[in-house]
Amino acid sequence: MADSLIYRELGGPSRRFWSLLALLAVPLALGAVAYFYMEHYGHIVTGMDNQIVWGMPHVFAVFLVVAATGALNIAMAASVFGKPVYRPVAPLSALVSLALLVGGLALLMLDLGRSDRMIVAITQLNPASLFARRVIFYDGYMVSVGVYLWFLLERRMNRYIRPAAIVAFLWQLLLITSTGLEFGFNFRAAYDSVLYAPMFIAFAAAYGTAVLVLILFAVCSWEERPVAEALLRRFKNLLGIAVGASLFFAVLFLSSKYELARSRDVARFLLFDGGVYTALLWLGQLVIGCIVPLALLVRSQFSRSALAAACALVVLGGLAQMYVTLIGGQAYPQILFPGMVETSSFFDGEIHPYTPSLVEVLLGLGGMALAAAIIAVALRALALLPTRLEVPAEPQA
Amino acid sequence: MSADTNEVLSRRGFLAISAATLGGVMLAPGVRLIEIAAARAPEQPVSRKVRWGLLIDTNKCAPGCDDCVKACATENGLKNTGHPRTDAQWIRKVELKDMRTGRTNSVPVMCQHCEEPPCVDVCPTGASFKRADGIVLVDRHICIGCRYCMMACPYKARSIVFQSISDQNPDVPRGNGCAEGCTLCVHRVDRDQQPACVEACTKAGHNAMIFGDLNDPHSEIAQRVAKYASTQIRADLQLNPGVRYQGL
Amino acid sequence: MKHNGIGASAGRIARAICLLALLLPVLAFASDRVPKPVIDIARPGKCVEDTATMRREHPDMLKHQRDLTMHEGIRTQKHSLKECISCHASTKTGSVLGNNGFCQSCHEYASVKIDCFNCHASKPKRIAGATP
Ligand code: SF4
Ligand code: SF4
Repeated sequence: MADSLIYRELGGPSRRFWSLLALLAVPLALGAVAYFYMEHYGHIVTGMDNQIVWGMPHVFAVFLVVAATGALNIAMAASVFGKPVYRPVAPLSALVSLALLVGGLALLMLDLGRSDRMIVAITQLNPASLFARRVIFYDGYMVSVGVYLWFLLERRMNRYIRPAAIVAFLWQLLLITSTGLEFGFNFRAAYDSVLYAPMFIAFAAAYGTAVLVLILFAVCSWEERPVAEALLRRFKNLLGIAVGASLFFAVLFLSSKYELARSRDVARFLLFDGGVYTALLWLGQLVIGCIVPLALLVRSQFSRSALAAACALVVLGGLAQMYVTLIGGQAYPQILFPGMVETSSFFDGEIHPYTPSLVEVLLGLGGMALAAAIIAVALRALALLPTRLEVPAEPQA
Repeated sequence: MSADTNEVLSRRGFLAISAATLGGVMLAPGVRLIEIAAARAPEQPVSRKVRWGLLIDTNKCAPGCDDCVKACATENGLKNTGHPRTDAQWIRKVELKDMRTGRTNSVPVMCQHCEEPPCVDVCPTGASFKRADGIVLVDRHICIGCRYCMMACPYKARSIVFQSISDQNPDVPRGNGCAEGCTLCVHRVDRDQQPACVEACTKAGHNAMIFGDLNDPHSEIAQRVAKYASTQIRADLQLNPGVRYQGL
Repeated sequence: MKHNGIGASAGRIARAICLLALLLPVLAFASDRVPKPVIDIARPGKCVEDTATMRREHPDMLKHQRDLTMHEGIRTQKHSLKECISCHASTKTGSVLGNNGFCQSCHEYASVKIDCFNCHASKPKRIAGATP
């Protein structure tokens, strides 16, 4: 059934496409300038210091990486779990996943203190390190998703789609679990919870699906590609489940932190008196990122604009969540002597201030633009989306 | 320069021989000079048998005294650029007050030279590493400045360099974009000297810090930790730091 | 933006390199002589290996020695960067960098980037009262 679809490259006059690329080139160029500026002067020009060591570029990068792993879910649903209704968007799902990952990894690399040693980062691996293992996971993930995408596009390889998808699925699991655990295994008070692994799986599903749907809508507004409402309803339900799970795990995580005496202080910081972090947590992550989208999604009447709005809000909420998790987690002081009040010249026992600098934000947006540009170029060059996404879904799939 | 180093060499050579033949020169009964226990020829690699450590007696450490911090800065070329948040601090004095009893303490905190260092576990390139003798270092030749070690270290012991630096101490290379932390003055230890902080503390008459080989039952530090109660910071994390504290 | 010493000198070096790059074709055109690096050895005597070996293999020697020193605490002087510098630093500037500096002039000529001096001191340690 899926084979009856005709996949087509992105159409339209080339002038229009070039202006799209030119538009994306602006944030890309600004990101490049920001990078060279940081590279030349050192990280002194960022808002980071010896207390907040990961700043804005990481917020964008980790968001992109997490969304990348989630964006593959749709393809996996089609090819591993045999839901043919998703088959038309499976190639797009794989592409978005790859592009987001490339954007995120580029950011991680460009934000290195010694980014001139990127080659070292890739070649000289310490096999014991969780982070380095992640580099292997990234590679394995990219290769396996790439192979899967190729099999999807190459008719002769179509019969190997499922095994390829299973391999990609395993890499996806490894990658997202390790990302979550990386926080969970950290000794910092705000992290240090095994809930991070399931929580990040839920976040990934929400962010990835949201980005994927937004891109699908973008393609539809670029040119006429009718999308079956049944498919969009599926997306709506999926996103609803993912956002609901994100909310559930976030609440579970925060309340478990609050309930445990040893982590009550950090929970109180995040929930009540963390200033910008508290605001971003409640308003950004929970209200804008979860509650409003959920309200939009559970409305009985289906509307495309409501779905699009929900997706956009989930992305914004996701960025807020990353800011709270990453920066808020570092702003809260590292406790060396539990039960004691600490003061020192190195700011022990204090909440650490952080103001992102313009360069950092530009670099982060550049990473986003890189992912968008990859998607745009790939859609133009490869036949990744069918002309009509209208395959009737089986009633009970 | 050359005369200076030759002297060090020959002294070390002599000590190595004497340590091997006489089994060490006794200082006081049962206590040997650390130099002798440690002495190795310059071409000899560091030994796994040694575990360097520090013992800090907080009862003797005066609040507000920062002799050790100053000595560290001088020895390692850490300069004050007027931006305390981005300046590297390898050692700092943490002033403590017990919330329940009101008791105060003043403790120098530096890299704790963990036996199971999380910074090493997370470092993607292997730049953070533990030397056979327990000293945890950053190999700046392969450090990529990812700051993962800083996220992982429970003691906030690491700094990253935010700007290019000049006029380093030739013994202590350091530069923009790399992570760094207390090296236990490894360049001095390799010359059979004490870390600069310990030397300064002793010189000023506080005697709050002892440096030595925790594995050598004859060393002063090993005897002290065997005899008196000492603790490690965040011992609950089970990293077994080589820096121990008395009187906390 | 405040420049510190290396920043400023790096800027100067960068400008010098750019200027050199612009001038090189002109120079090559003007005279048939390709400019040679200034190898100004202030302290004549024998190096740790013969010149040909040093020219070819000094990067490997330094790398080998650096790993021994860093990881095994072996601080023998032969092949150590510190010793290279203490012998080869210019008597005028006290450094191996700078336009006629031993390391820099040659590396500029060969256009090979030196990474060492981001971290390593380019001047030998000053020893109080000692004449080098
Ligand atoms: S104190 Fe921190 S930097 Fe030092 S060894 Fe332990 S984890 Fe590593
Ligand atoms: S900053 Fe350097 S030492 Fe620290 S984890 Fe990264 S590569 Fe390793």
